[in-house]
Amino acid sequence: MIELENVAMSYGGGELLSDISLQLAPGSFHFLTGPSGSGKTTFLKLCYAALTPTSGQVRLFDRDVRAMDRDDIALARRRIGVVHQDVQFLDHLPVADNVALPLTVSGRDTLDETVNLRELLNWVGLKSRADALPPELSGGERQRAALARAVIMSPDVILADEPTGNIDWDMSQRLLQLLVELNRMGKTIMIATHDLNLIRAAKGQVQARVLRIAGRRLQLAGADL
Amino acid sequence: MKRPDFTQVAEFVVGDAQADRMVPPTGITARLTLLSAAAMAFLAVFALALSVATGRMAERWGDELARSSTLRISAPADQIDAQTQAALRVLEQTPGIASARALTDEEQRSLLEPWFGPDLPVETLPIPQLIEVIEDGAGYDAQGLRLRLSAEVPGAVLDDHTRWRQPLVTAAGRLRLLGWVSIVLIFGTMAAMITLAANAALAANAQVIAVLRLVGARDSYIAKAFVRRYTLRTLGGAAFGVVAGLVAILLLPSAQTAGGFLTGLGFQGAGWLLPLVIPPLAAAVAFVATHLAATRTLKELP
Repeated sequence: MIELENVAMSYGGGELLSDISLQLAPGSFHFLTGPSGSGKTTFLKLCYAALTPTSGQVRLFDRDVRAMDRDDIALARRRIGVVHQDVQFLDHLPVADNVALPLTVSGRDTLDETVNLRELLNWVGLKSRADALPPELSGGERQRAALARAVIMSPDVILADEPTGNIDWDMSQRLLQLLVELNRMGKTIMIATHDLNLIRAAKGQVQARVLRIAGRRLQLAGADL
Repeated sequence: MKRPDFTQVAEFVVGDAQADRMVPPTGITARLTLLSAAAMAFLAVFALALSVATGRMAERWGDELARSSTLRISAPADQIDAQTQAALRVLEQTPGIASARALTDEEQRSLLEPWFGPDLPVETLPIPQLIEVIEDGAGYDAQGLRLRLSAEVPGAVLDDHTRWRQPLVTAAGRLRLLGWVSIVLIFGTMAAMITLAANAALAANAQVIAVLRLVGARDSYIAKAFVRRYTLRTLGGAAFGVVAGLVAILLLPSAQTAGGFLTGLGFQGAGWLLPLVIPPLAAAVAFVATHLAATRTLKELP
């Protein structure tokens, strides 16, 4: 699905990541850890082609990112759901429209999907907030709305960057629950987080691999978490 | 050549209600775009009127006056008739001259009347005889005619009006050029204003664009939302400006009554339809300007 081969990424002279190789197999569940500033967000951005690697190859769905034009990347992103650390919405549209946004921009008729949308909002617990504007939502609600938006196209991969960064433990658990359920439905999940408790909580429910970025390299962390 | 696809144009005008909602409404830029489009269209109407009117003026001076010349015969009273007859003979034989006619005493008197009053006894004065010469389409060779006249009719002076007509025609031509240059400048300024407004809107909506890109919107989808908005706004503003400009021209006092020499600033006949070209042209300018601005901005985003 997403393959990285000897990828290196530098910003303004300094190398942030080097010699990174990874294959995300369908249905896998990965955690990505590492200290702040180690390059977790950069790594995820490489995975959805928001950045092009300085060297090495990134392949999305068997296509080299460098060979893809902007429209190809847009189409690939319809198959990759992304939840950002600082979630952004269209602040002038209600939550329901924001969640349905991927459908709208890909030209799908949102009327046909009304039932799906309602179910999805119910699933993330935002049924009663469907008509609220994004700035009126709490941190947890925003994260859940972002997750709903990330999965509405039924993408193959879901990338989440610190999805529990701004929310309390109970809410983190709920969010994790949603991601685990998605994984059981066959979705590939990658969660960047420095919350080890979250990883431990997940370990009981799902076969998760933990990757760590340290010293610019990606390592498979031991099972001793 | 590919035929223009009008269904696409229709789709563009009708628009995608969903896509339109993606970009938040912007009060002040919208009003400023409308206002500047209206102002520019208003000015364009006047520049167009100027061009058309001066074009008409140049044509009239060039055409009507060029077709007539005057031959003046000054000779002692006893020779004047003979010389007039000789001159008319020469003129008849000259190729390019449709007709030549000696003015009657009454006509000459009416020409002099404004200066000397109605009671002037023209017969008793040694005033020169005037011959009105009308050219045909091709015109005649003034230099050759002068040479022949000087040999056969020594008292004849040919005045083909070129001397005083030429500077007027040149001036009118320049004025017309100035009008067209103004129109080009007006549309250029309109393009610049709309580009600035569109750039401001694109910058102000950076978050919207980032979100749309993240969820898989193509550049063309995002650009269309902006381009459509600015194109329709400009079309509306320009239409308003043109109507206002035409009303203003209709309300101008007519210069025709003051004398047919100067033509009034305005349009004649089918010319009134000419300003209707301005709004679609302005919309086309806005379309291209916003499209370029949006494409450029989007290319720089991930």
